[in-house]
Amino acid sequence: MSRFWTHASAIARRDLTIEGRSGEVLSVVLPFAAVAVFVVPLSIDTLFVDLRSLAFPVYWLVSLLFGMQVALRQTGTETINQRRQLALAGVDPLSRFVGRSLAAAALIFSVTLFTLPMVILFYDPEPKPPLAATVVVILTFATGLSLLSTLAGDVTVGLRTRSALAPLIVAPLAVPLIIGGSRATEELARGRSSLTWIGLLIIVDLALAMVAVLAARPMEEATL
Amino acid sequence: MPILALTGISVHIGSLPILAGIDLELAAGETIGLAGPNGSGKTSLLMVMATLSRPTSGSGVVLGEPLDQPSIRKVRPQIGLSAHDPGLYPELTLKQNLRLFATLIGRSQEQADSMLRQVGLEAARDRRADQSSNGMQRRVDLARLLLLEPMLLLLDEAHAGLDSHSEMLVDELVARNRSRGGAGVVVSHDHARLRERTDRIIILDAGRVAV
Repeated sequence: MSRFWTHASAIARRDLTIEGRSGEVLSVVLPFAAVAVFVVPLSIDTLFVDLRSLAFPVYWLVSLLFGMQVALRQTGTETINQRRQLALAGVDPLSRFVGRSLAAAALIFSVTLFTLPMVILFYDPEPKPPLAATVVVILTFATGLSLLSTLAGDVTVGLRTRSALAPLIVAPLAVPLIIGGSRATEELARGRSSLTWIGLLIIVDLALAMVAVLAARPMEEATL
Repeated sequence: MPILALTGISVHIGSLPILAGIDLELAAGETIGLAGPNGSGKTSLLMVMATLSRPTSGSGVVLGEPLDQPSIRKVRPQIGLSAHDPGLYPELTLKQNLRLFATLIGRSQEQADSMLRQVGLEAARDRRADQSSNGMQRRVDLARLLLLEPMLLLLDEAHAGLDSHSEMLVDELVARNRSRGGAGVVVSHDHARLRERTDRIIILDAGRVAV
């Protein structure tokens, strides 16, 4: 394994171990995501609105909001001294970025996958999308959101307003991800091809990866 | 060729001068002491030497690479820095912190474990960093430097908060670095120790070299 990937996997393992210890996603984000899924029907008049039609919009909205929470979690933030030690250890900023994004993607994927059965059970969408294809959609969505959130986290590192600013950057830029995810699931549920929308998600993922390749090094130098 | 050469280094934060026209050369095998009152610019100078802070003006060469070139990143793995905050991950154990660092610098897990024993942290190895004392965290920092064997060793108040055994380890680290031909900078308020352990002392005052 090359030095680049050795570093990336070590950083990803670090983040997942820290999450395992702190339990921020498991004990805070997941329960709140579940509550959000259950609260929406309580706030609307189900005599006039068909819950089934809300299943996928609610699902993707919850995925976006709580996916952001996961990616921008407090325990996933590096301090300036930790970043400096990584720089002095010879960790390529891009490798660090990849490692952090991989860990965030794994966590976002888990949260998004966890909320899916709850939405299916509670909202009972008919027809239901095939599971395997839906997992592919969730994976491409989680990859995009993790890349975007890691970028936003790096841009806002060290700022006192970080916790407010980072989601403000992510939310509007995540619109293509939420459109792609939502439309792909709708098409899958109707038994139609969702390749166009999965393609959109993949294009967004690739564009974000390209931005990361170009920006990781200058961003690190500017924030050390 | 010197390991480090700084010419006319100035650092400003906004309009506030932190360092003003610092000239400094450090030869292989040489260790200098850096002293001065609080706020005199010692840590800022150390950050420039560590290539982690860009000077506002002036030029410098560290381990053969110019400070203002992107290629400076290549020499960073040869620089060992012990800062006020060692930058450990609070949720990870002391062993996990050191093993992570070992992986990043290409050392084995066994070497990391052995170094943890050398600095006397065998019994506390499974303790989380945020549940360890400041002295224990500094010892992990020390273990990192021993693992790294850098060519340029930068110690910022490395003796602070350490017991006598750990202080000895720091002195040993400095001596070992010197005998390997590496250069070192030791920041301390303890002038007696600096006189004893370093080749010369530079005193900073208000961002300038006073002596």
